[in-house]
Amino acid sequence: MIENADLTLVDWSRAQFALTAIYHWLFVPLTLGLSFILAIMETIYFKTGSEEWKRITRFWMTLFGINFAIGVATGIILEFEFGTNWSNYSWFVGDIFGAPLAIEGILAFFLESTFIAVMFFGWNKVSKKFHLLSTWLVAIGANLSALWILVANAWMQNPVGMAFNPETARNEMVSFWAVLFNPVAIEKFLHTISSGFLLGSMFVLGISAWYILKKRELYLAKRSMLVAAVFGLLSSLMVAYTGDSSAKTLAQVQPVKFASMEALAEGKTNAGLIAFGILKDSEVRVGERVMQDFVFKIEIPGLLSVLTGGDRDIYVPGIADLVSGNKEKGILSVSEKRERGKIARDLLIEFQDARAADDKVKTDSIKTLFSDTQFQDNYFRYFGYASVSKAEDVIPNVQISFYSFHLMVMLGFLFIIIFATAIYLLYKGDIEINRWFLWIALLSIPLTYVASELGWILAEVGRQPWIIQDLMTVSGAVSQIVSGSVITTFILFALLFTLLLVADVSIMLKQIKTGPKH
Amino acid sequence: MKNGSAIFARVFRFYYEGFRNMSGWGRKVWIIIIIKLFIMFAILRLIFFPDFLKKKFDNDKQRSEYVMDQLINSR
Repeated sequence: MIENADLTLVDWSRAQFALTAIYHWLFVPLTLGLSFILAIMETIYFKTGSEEWKRITRFWMTLFGINFAIGVATGIILEFEFGTNWSNYSWFVGDIFGAPLAIEGILAFFLESTFIAVMFFGWNKVSKKFHLLSTWLVAIGANLSALWILVANAWMQNPVGMAFNPETARNEMVSFWAVLFNPVAIEKFLHTISSGFLLGSMFVLGISAWYILKKRELYLAKRSMLVAAVFGLLSSLMVAYTGDSSAKTLAQVQPVKFASMEALAEGKTNAGLIAFGILKDSEVRVGERVMQDFVFKIEIPGLLSVLTGGDRDIYVPGIADLVSGNKEKGILSVSEKRERGKIARDLLIEFQDARAADDKVKTDSIKTLFSDTQFQDNYFRYFGYASVSKAEDVIPNVQISFYSFHLMVMLGFLFIIIFATAIYLLYKGDIEINRWFLWIALLSIPLTYVASELGWILAEVGRQPWIIQDLMTVSGAVSQIVSGSVITTFILFALLFTLLLVADVSIMLKQIKTGPKH
Repeated sequence: MKNGSAIFARVFRFYYEGFRNMSGWGRKVWIIIIIKLFIMFAILRLIFFPDFLKKKFDNDKQRSEYVMDQLINSR
């Protein structure tokens, strides 16, 4: 498949999807995080009856509303792209992708659109209790919507709970619960929403810091900061915890991605965790691919082995093991996986021939085989490898994987320090005089977006060449359309989304400058 | 029946008044939402994003045969 694919078409289709997803993700995490911060603020208003807290809640609700309105439905474009640019993929995934997305659509529409109206139009029209409930339901609804999208994405990282039907050329869901409780899905969901909480908290912290720097709205700013700092610290700790458990699962289900994000060319026991490193080309080659070494690194000895398996003696496979295989450690090589994938593919060829010859006995027996779990685990699981021409093609871009992961982690630790410092300064009561910190808080807003996008870059670039891990390559998933049309829509999207972003930022800045109503 | 229509009228009034009394930023974002949805569904979806398999084939059997062919004949 990789040999046959029109790389211009594949690259432009990928670029278009990446552009759409990156822009979409500029709006989503703020919705996820700010919605909960609003719910917390309104709960304080409900408990205290303080009109100041109502004013605070309504101010942040305005910014939430702008972001929500501009960002809403930007994700639908991704679904357009599935049908047009990724038709082989869309067909192959069948209802596994459709079911979670349908649930997401229904939840998003009914929960968010119903209660968001109460949130904005319902002040002084519905009871305080019902209004508060609506705000909480918007927060829960927005985050539950994210769950279903992430379940679908997690299936691409770790396909489970399905059987391939050769008759329809589609995967069919055999266990909804296996798809929902896919370990990758649960960890991805918790990691993603907590990173959204973190981003929302930094947004509130940074804008509040700006008000203090400008000596405006001090009451609103300090109280907002307190909520944001506490919620932000808890969220950033949760991000670190869920990031660690995600990495452990990754080591099991996507070991090449895991080795790439640590630039681990050769496997070892007592493997160290790279805290900081600068890469250079190494002497080691895997096939034609040059591996990476370090110009400089700060390494914590043994920690990678401990984090992945709880013991320094745990062997962490490197890229070379995963490509060339390691019999001693029970790791299959790419060529062995390719042979197994080819067996599954040859059976599909036999199925096609039998169907053409109207040989029902044979088609039925092949169909039964594809629903057998042993066959799935030993052969169909490696189906995508049949399309891989060179073993080293399964290695993603190591530099992008490594730097995106390490920069994300470093920023994550920086955010923990920022939130903890904010709590300390607020507790001491001298946050106003520490202008350096206020500037750091303000300037950290864009850094949270950078960290959030880096997480997705690692998830998606690190999975290459797969669109569905081990089952389907990106080049095999693409529709055979004219690349010129993809380039045209890429440019259209770039313009549309840039306009939306400019509108979002300018309306929001205007509201921030205007400040809350008195 | 009478109760049902009263609830409907209340909900309608709730939305009507909400939109009528909307602030400046609210009106602005609603204009953006409408323009955005129009561009997405009336222009992008209809002109630039046809469903490839639906457009190319008449039925699911043909579509599945085509995808199967794509899956197995690429080496």
